[in-house]
Amino acid sequence: MTLKDQACIVGVGESAYTRGSQKTVLRLVLEASRHAILDAGLTVQDIDGFVLSSSYIYQEALAANLGVSDLRYSTTVQMGGASPVTALQSAAMAVTLGIARNVLVPFGWNGYSEARISRRERPDAAPRPDNALSQALRNYYAPYGALAPVQHYAWLATRHRELHGTTDEEMGEVALASRFHAQHNPRAYMYGRTLTMEQYLQSPMVASPFRVLDCCLETDGACAVVVTSAERALDLQHDPVYIMGIAEGHPYPADDIPNRPDFFKIGLSFAAPHAFGMAGVTPQDMDFAQIYDCFTYVVMLQLEALGFCEVGEAREFVKGGTLRVDGDLPCNTHGGLHSEAHVWGLNHVVEATRQLRHEAGLQVEDCELGLVTGWGDFGDGSLVILRR
Amino acid sequence: MQAYDKPLPRGEDFNGEFYQFCKQHELRFQRCQDCGAWRHMPRESCQACGSFNWAWERAAGKGQVFSWTVIHRALHPGFAEELPYAAVVVELKEGVRIVSHVLDLPVDQLRVGLPVEVVFDDVTPDVTLPKFRPL
Repeated sequence: MTLKDQACIVGVGESAYTRGSQKTVLRLVLEASRHAILDAGLTVQDIDGFVLSSSYIYQEALAANLGVSDLRYSTTVQMGGASPVTALQSAAMAVTLGIARNVLVPFGWNGYSEARISRRERPDAAPRPDNALSQALRNYYAPYGALAPVQHYAWLATRHRELHGTTDEEMGEVALASRFHAQHNPRAYMYGRTLTMEQYLQSPMVASPFRVLDCCLETDGACAVVVTSAERALDLQHDPVYIMGIAEGHPYPADDIPNRPDFFKIGLSFAAPHAFGMAGVTPQDMDFAQIYDCFTYVVMLQLEALGFCEVGEAREFVKGGTLRVDGDLPCNTHGGLHSEAHVWGLNHVVEATRQLRHEAGLQVEDCELGLVTGWGDFGDGSLVILRR
Repeated sequence: MQAYDKPLPRGEDFNGEFYQFCKQHELRFQRCQDCGAWRHMPRESCQACGSFNWAWERAAGKGQVFSWTVIHRALHPGFAEELPYAAVVVELKEGVRIVSHVLDLPVDQLRVGLPVEVVFDDVTPDVTLPKFRPL
């Protein structure tokens, strides 16, 4: 038995995406959660499971504020930005095995007003709690001024560029596609702000090869989705979106980037064969891809890990508008983390669901199948393949 | 002289032992005493054979540039005056890779495979960071 087609996404919702929410993270999550439950045609009393990502909120407080009085299953995934897609895996297991009936998968944060990366490493910042990355970061990276993901992932990007000759303009294709899509999405933080290649190339360097416009947004906001069994999904108000294939993957070793035997084998490299195998489909079957776009080059590394092209070929793959809504692989059709909002990629799951319901703002015509990836920490990965 | 204001290694557990050797100007890594595999960062057991039997063995200190990033924006004020600076991944002859700085080299001269050797930078009376310079 596998999880193929056993569970469905039946409700999606989000808060407003802002810089300065003036709300607590819990409040943002509650708003998104209520929207998702309503969208599913369920009530709070129907929710009996949570799968949280990271620890910005506690399940006890979420249950008490929502009014979930009989919580049968709750767990928390700790894979950074790869957590929300991995959370769908845990939710699908829970509803498939009957551990819970309807599982809420929320995520929210004040990524701009409370958690900006440019502030968190300053000497006067509050100390951050230890995690799995602390040994490497605090002992071996930070003393050399490598303090943040933009710098750590740049090691992957620089070596890849040096070996394969990727140009700045090729990286810019990823940024421009997202920004183009966001012009059709009034929710997007970059709605109304177009971007040209000239503007991209003039953007100041942060940590080579990453310019400011290679980086995702920092925003405040929350999303939530509701997962239920395929059987119950048929009775709800939207066409169900089926989880066809799902997997998580971890680079080896996951807690230190430099000492990986195969430098470009990322978490998604491990996850992709499992998820595609479970679904019984190939990358070429995908009508769209919502790819975790923390940085432009990370999208390119994931295109290779997913098998859309060989290692070293993403630079050719992205040329000529491939990633645009009318291209061969529409990618981040809501604007992604680059141009819609940074909600740890749960907004990618929301967008994929709307695409497959055929109710997206910028609809991929007649789409039947699509994927969503997650990326987090030092390159943890996750992949869900969805169908209508 | 201005006080050193950059982040220092935390040095808990085996990490402190690594930096104690650096303070003596010795670059040592854990090496499995059963299968001979070198490793960095320090760990309890050998990922190649599972052995708990290891020792701090001295590396030759020679290697090559594996990757890098040139940082143009300081996320910690201690690095503001050094911009742009490069955080470089160096691959040692023993096979382990370590994040460091390459001294005496303009950042636009960094290349994959550039040969380097270790030097020791006594950044405070208590802490020495291993760094590298072109061979």
